[in-house]
Amino acid sequence: MSARIVVAGASMAGLRAAEQLRAAGWTGAITLVGDEPHMPYNRPPLSKEVLAGRAPFESLAFRPRASVSDVEWRLGRKVVAAELDGRTVRLDDGTELTYDGLVVATGMRPRRLNCPGPRAGRHTVRTLDDARALREELIRPGARVVVIGAGFIGCEVAATAVGLGVAEVTVVDPLPLPMAGPLGELLGRALRRRHEERGVRFALGAAVAAFTGEERVTGVELRDGRVLPADVVVESVGSVANTEWLEGNGLDLSDGVLTDAWLRAGGRPDVVAVGDVARFPNARYDGVPRRVEHWCIPADTAKHAARTLVAGAAPAPFAPLPTFWSDQHDFRLQSFGAPVLGRQDVRVLDGDPEADVLVGYHHDGRLVGVVALGGQAVAASAARYRAELLKQPALTLS
Amino acid sequence: MKVVVDMNKCQDHGQCVFAAPDVFSLDDAGHLAYVSDPDDALREEVEEAADVCPLQAIRIEV
Repeated sequence: MSARIVVAGASMAGLRAAEQLRAAGWTGAITLVGDEPHMPYNRPPLSKEVLAGRAPFESLAFRPRASVSDVEWRLGRKVVAAELDGRTVRLDDGTELTYDGLVVATGMRPRRLNCPGPRAGRHTVRTLDDARALREELIRPGARVVVIGAGFIGCEVAATAVGLGVAEVTVVDPLPLPMAGPLGELLGRALRRRHEERGVRFALGAAVAAFTGEERVTGVELRDGRVLPADVVVESVGSVANTEWLEGNGLDLSDGVLTDAWLRAGGRPDVVAVGDVARFPNARYDGVPRRVEHWCIPADTAKHAARTLVAGAAPAPFAPLPTFWSDQHDFRLQSFGAPVLGRQDVRVLDGDPEADVLVGYHHDGRLVGVVALGGQAVAASAARYRAELLKQPALTLS
Repeated sequence: MKVVVDMNKCQDHGQCVFAAPDVFSLDDAGHLAYVSDPDDALREEVEEAADVCPLQAIRIEV
């Protein structure tokens, strides 16, 4: 039998892995298995252009490189079990695939709130089908929307809903400010003000107790007794790694798939993990393994993991410079580096938090991340710090 | 090699500039400028630029 690499997961990380396997010199067979019926597509527009009705599927679909025109796609199929010692995975239709190399690219799914109440009317935004279903309900005249979770997805969905003309959009979060976890107080306050000026309401420092309604949700009951009327609820409260299928193989699956600095799982030379399911140490920082749900991570991990799988090892330990952005209303957040490691020492580098602002995050006096909030000019100014962040020696956290 | 950027899609993220600085740049206002017929020796970095474009707005023709 000829050599084959199985890629479990057929989203961006799976596609990039297949392309990078070819770029690394793999000429054998590649089989991608993905549970969605769609070819790989770009997810960031789901909470924005797709919800707003401005993005048909063709505009989201990735254009695979010519080098992967011969790979086998098994779409609408899910990997349900793996026997790594025997180099075999099993699909949900009972098919068994043997492999010479395995790429774990099964990603994340939305975490759901486990509160009493009806399910109908409650949405998440992870897949194209999710976003289309949510749009149908958002555009019903007079819809009142409650978004639970003031992180990236929650803030973007709230902004898009306001842009669609939804009159009542309320964002609930247990923290006192939106996006306070990754960004800290200064930008959290600025974001809150920008959202409120554009019509978004907040219920902050608040936790959800239950959903009201019989057949379908009619409101969100908070622990302090308030009830927010709601025709549509969006749950954007984090995600859960799709790793159940790997259980029983001795891997550390406590939060995604733990890998080494070469993205190998369980020390196995024939199993790598890519994308947001991979929990990897970043040689640029403290070496603590973390999962990273940024858009650039699938391509970065795929390139590194493909070399590991095909050539035995990538040239150096994995050390990506984290980058993320978020488009909300008419402004953008643009980040380089690791602001989360410098939330205790936040300084304005340029501009004004009341207007467009560039903020630096420091650890032991050293710049570890920059975030711009505002228009294109300030976003571009953040990029000018990227080279400085890239040049820095590895950070030891005190 | 011919490079085409769909400027209706481009939102000036600048990821292409990091991947292929010889081909893509941002001007002082932060807007994208690029060389549409770069040397073939730059193919690998242009391919990477196309991969990392958040809007997938970069196309390489031949």
